[in-house]
Amino acid sequence: MRYLPLTDADRRDMLAAVGVDSIDALFAEVPPAAQHEGLLDLPRAMGELEVERRLAAMASKNTVAGAVPFFLGAGAYRHHVPASVDHLIQRGEFLTSYTPYQPEVSQGTLQYLFEFQTQVALLTGMEVANASLYDGATACAEAVAMAGRVTRRNKAVLSGGLHPHYRAVCETYARFSGEELLVQDPAPAGGEDLAKLIDADTSCVVVQNPDFYGEIRDYSALAQLCHQKGALLVVVVTEILSLGAVTPPGEMGADIVAAEGQSFGNALNFGGPYVGLFASREKFVRQMPGRLVGETVDAEGRRGWALTLSTREQHIRREKATSNICTNAGLCALAFTIHLSLLGEAGLTRLARLNHATAVSTAERLAAIPGVKLVNRRFFNEFALHLPRAAAPVVDALATRGILAGVPVSRFYPDRADLADLLLVAATETVTADDIERLATGLAEVLR
Amino acid sequence: MNEWSKAVSGHPIAGHTASTPTISGNRGLQIEEPLIFEQDSPGHCGVDLPEAPAVRSRLGGLDRKGPIGLPGLSEPQVVRHFTRLSQKNYAIDTGLYPLGSCTMKHNPRLNEKMARLPGFADVHPLQPVSTVQGTLELIDTLAYWLKTLTGMPAVALSPAAGAHGELCGIMTIRAALEARGDKRSRILVPESAHGTNPATAAACGYSVEAIPANPKGTKNQGRVDLAALKTKLGPDVAALMLTNPNTCGLFEDEILDIAAAVHEAGAFFYCDGANFNAIVGRVRPAELGIDALHINLHKTFSTPHGGGGPGSGPVALGAELAPHAPVPWIVHGANGLNLVECASGDAARSIGRLKGFHGQMGMFVRALAYMMSHGADGLRQVAEDAVLNANYLRVKLAGALSLAFPGTCMHEVLFDDAFLKDTGVTTLDFAKALIDEGFHPMTMYFPLVVHGALLIEPTETESKASLDQFATVLNGLAARAKAGDASAFRAAPKLTPRRRLDETTAARKPILRWRPAPVQQQAAE
Repeated sequence: MRYLPLTDADRRDMLAAVGVDSIDALFAEVPPAAQHEGLLDLPRAMGELEVERRLAAMASKNTVAGAVPFFLGAGAYRHHVPASVDHLIQRGEFLTSYTPYQPEVSQGTLQYLFEFQTQVALLTGMEVANASLYDGATACAEAVAMAGRVTRRNKAVLSGGLHPHYRAVCETYARFSGEELLVQDPAPAGGEDLAKLIDADTSCVVVQNPDFYGEIRDYSALAQLCHQKGALLVVVVTEILSLGAVTPPGEMGADIVAAEGQSFGNALNFGGPYVGLFASREKFVRQMPGRLVGETVDAEGRRGWALTLSTREQHIRREKATSNICTNAGLCALAFTIHLSLLGEAGLTRLARLNHATAVSTAERLAAIPGVKLVNRRFFNEFALHLPRAAAPVVDALATRGILAGVPVSRFYPDRADLADLLLVAATETVTADDIERLATGLAEVLR
Repeated sequence: MNEWSKAVSGHPIAGHTASTPTISGNRGLQIEEPLIFEQDSPGHCGVDLPEAPAVRSRLGGLDRKGPIGLPGLSEPQVVRHFTRLSQKNYAIDTGLYPLGSCTMKHNPRLNEKMARLPGFADVHPLQPVSTVQGTLELIDTLAYWLKTLTGMPAVALSPAAGAHGELCGIMTIRAALEARGDKRSRILVPESAHGTNPATAAACGYSVEAIPANPKGTKNQGRVDLAALKTKLGPDVAALMLTNPNTCGLFEDEILDIAAAVHEAGAFFYCDGANFNAIVGRVRPAELGIDALHINLHKTFSTPHGGGGPGSGPVALGAELAPHAPVPWIVHGANGLNLVECASGDAARSIGRLKGFHGQMGMFVRALAYMMSHGADGLRQVAEDAVLNANYLRVKLAGALSLAFPGTCMHEVLFDDAFLKDTGVTTLDFAKALIDEGFHPMTMYFPLVVHGALLIEPTETESKASLDQFATVLNGLAARAKAGDASAFRAAPKLTPRRRLDETTAARKPILRWRPAPVQQQAAE
């Protein structure tokens, strides 16, 4: 077996050194009834070539996003990732290292996480950010829990514009933690009055920007109302690239930002692994979940980095920790940081403008199709359309023509007839003019 | 402008006797590297993008007004920056990584290649299921392997890491108890447990009670005190969370009695599968009476730790817990595989959703590539070699270090700090000295059940020569400590890019991000 360095001779010598005559002696404490005799009913070892053949055969059954006109978003976005990102994250010193608990031999990981925390804080307009969480949806649930700790209140209001998976994860966590959630109905057209739901028990109001339907909203007034009543405003961002063009949550008065960072550096990967971003006001930092890297000095007075404020975390605080999280999304955070470093200020704003322009062109072209109506007033690179009939069969029909047209809202709300005609369409820099034309032509034909 | 080199030259290199300071602050291959923010060349960019065509903006006045503050660099600068950072890390690729309970084994590059096949990597989670049948087949195949290896009837794949898997397991347990109309309030956790166990129980609304281990020198030392467990079990106990093999590297040999006692009290038996590598292919957890077990794909199944993630923590579930598994579920239908994504209909008893989309697909591909490479035969050999390597180190080190518990161990071996008594050298000093010898330290001060713990897990991917060298170094360091050279230990490490970091000040006055230097200060310079 190519991954096992011990030879049979080694094994014999080592068993002799240990003073036993067979490997079975080292498993003697396992109750005999629980020891499996012989091999389990699974295939035998395979060489690289054979594994590649079998997995490639599975992969070939999928429709690859890059091979077709592709317009899906809804929390996962297809962007072009520069080649150097994937090269650098595969350096063994990054890929095969552990959590940087020993700072003297982990300065590389610690420094890029410090850079990551800074980038996330700058992008979101917040004071501090942590070293990542699993994904945007779990970051959102952690934000609700943190707001409860900060305010010592137990009731959170979730906007109907929140991504339904984020909402669902919050609901699962809350069911077991005892938080009360006031979950608003899906609201593609907006018009929610969240302020009237805030009372003396409200820990936070959770909104999304751009919201699940792509609409960009100004939450400045809501932030003020939250603060007047002692509640926090949590802003969720599922397309982090939008912050290259849109007013950041920090400027609107957000207290906590929970976001998905997949758009920078990370492939679609059928939904994971992604990278949860988590930022807040500095005064709340001791209630934050997850790891934090801090600047310090070494024994010679030289600047260096170390994990810090660990007394919040489970390995120190056990049942009193701010969260049970241990492993985070280190390597995905590295991909994020490298991609954003390559883009820089100029590249990020240009990429954001390019996305916006592509989406505007797509929206204008599709809205010109008879019966198709654009829902949004303001959007970044994703928008919602009313179709003249149910969206899911239209998407399936277009898929058979080799066009991945978008995400039908009914996939999240199968029982809501009033949402069945809604289609979410995202258009990033990867979409070409020809892609837009093929989608428009195909959609017009399917709707005819 | 390079702030960083200024900071270095501003501090004399006290105590560094080996050589005179260099002009650059660099030391041979150890290159000082400023933060990316300190290398700004305004307006520069490492990605060539076309200018956006002119359109009527639909941002509606909510466009960003001020600059973000991100630095501009070309691609070669960025590549060099991150390459230099990488060179400041220890990694499995560079050496033995003996962190106990972390299973730092070789990460095969075939796994990386497979995860990057466009048919897996370039697929959106919400494409019509007819266009992702290969992905669903891979997930279903992985589930089959995990079910066969654990002997359990179901597996929940969406948890993103071990601790997330624990959350999944304890939530399904609470849901199953509630379905019985049974409201319970306590979870029992051994003293030697990972910190995530009590933190998870608390996050699920339970109070936590510690179970003592049998002390050194008694029967079944280092293992759960069965009598104490039985007195704590009762009608308000929801579950026992146990790691087996435990974090002392010992198999809980009374596990069948433990399981029986837990079940007799009407509670569930949760197993932390962090140490599954010791038994994979040889022992099926279902046959140990376990009701739920998370498996860290980033430990046993070789997906890379990546400097702290991403992980993946599927949870194998027994029959009573399976209906409560989180969505999504993969189901076999008339037109192939399908996804159940909402907790309604057949999935009405599901606890709901734990994560966006469908779990850590990229990790699933890597783990399955690893399993297929090993096969049933290779995986059994993995457990056997992992246990053999740990026991080999045990006998090689038992003379100079102090074994926490006598007798054979499983895949990791635990020492206490008795061998350092009266030397003035602490466990921490000893581990830091190991760094100067070119090795990553072992897990220190964990588990909490022995004084000054040193927990060593070599894994099966170390050669005999590698273990021999490691043992020679550890034995040599122990001899040095006993010879009375405590100050040298306290000063270690000396040969790393940075020496010991001041973690106290870092926590007292946290600096958690870079900020530009104040303008007036720059003007003064």
